[in-house]
Amino acid sequence: MNQVVFIELINPFKDKVFRLAKRLLTSTEEAEDATQEVMVKLWNKKDNLDTYNNIEAVAMTMTKNYCLDQLKSKRADNLKIVHNNFTDRQPQLDKKLEDADSLEWVGKIIGQLPEQLQILIQLRDVEQYEFEEIAKIVNMNETAIRVALSRARKKIRESMINTHSYGIK
Amino acid sequence: MELNKIENRLEKYFQGETSVAEENELKAYFSSPNVAQHLKQYQSIFGYFSQEKEQKMTQEIPLQTKKRNVTWLSIVASIVFLLGIGSFYYLSNNSTNAVVAKSELGTYNNPEEAFVATQKALALLSNNVNAGIESVHYIKEYEQSKNKIFKQ
Repeated sequence: MNQVVFIELINPFKDKVFRLAKRLLTSTEEAEDATQEVMVKLWNKKDNLDTYNNIEAVAMTMTKNYCLDQLKSKRADNLKIVHNNFTDRQPQLDKKLEDADSLEWVGKIIGQLPEQLQILIQLRDVEQYEFEEIAKIVNMNETAIRVALSRARKKIRESMINTHSYGIK
Repeated sequence: MELNKIENRLEKYFQGETSVAEENELKAYFSSPNVAQHLKQYQSIFGYFSQEKEQKMTQEIPLQTKKRNVTWLSIVASIVFLLGIGSFYYLSNNSTNAVVAKSELGTYNNPEEAFVATQKALALLSNNVNAGIESVHYIKEYEQSKNKIFKQ
């Protein structure tokens, strides 16, 4: 497999890997590093990539594990500064400030969820994977995923409502 | 889509029972301008998901092909180098045997003739050199008389 073929192969899910990494890690830079790391790992395995039947799922699993490892290795560090640069590079800056603000709030709320739930939200609500695919990536069964996802979504809703009606009720 | 259908679907969504297609319908509904007032609070959630999906990885991915190229190149280079040396020796050996030996004969075609002529030439040279050396012997006389005068 040469470089061109490999790039073609990873292009469809490269951004998904990046976004999952960004969901879990602190900054864009870290997420980029993680993505590079995962891709280089895949590249080094390029001779037996054919043995996997779903490379995208493998890549996503690798990303998940890599990010969780990263988090574990610096759990005590600067994790509290999370998400302050989340919307900096967003394209939709022309949106009304208020809108942008509440979108940012959603990001912050998701950031406060446990990592497992963050992963599920990212995979399902952002990347829109089917439950079957998510099951492969996170190694859980579909029912458990549905339950966890429902919990995550309800938590987001709850927090959003609290935020929106803050000071009113 | 009718409002009650949306509400219904939203409830399903929070139970984690919607399909991807149904979730897309929800996203489409919430990104449209006419969202019902009491559902506005969910708008930002779906808006956020759509927005997050737009993010792109901008960095290049450094694939380690360079290192491999270098080893490959060095192998090729060494092969070329060895071939070069080999062919140089091969060709030059051939040419010394044939071409140079012939040219050493000079204007003669036969090696024996050339040998005789060379001997003759060398004898002539040595005769002349010896003649020269005889005259050098006189210098000895000077040396002796010098020793007589300047006693050591």
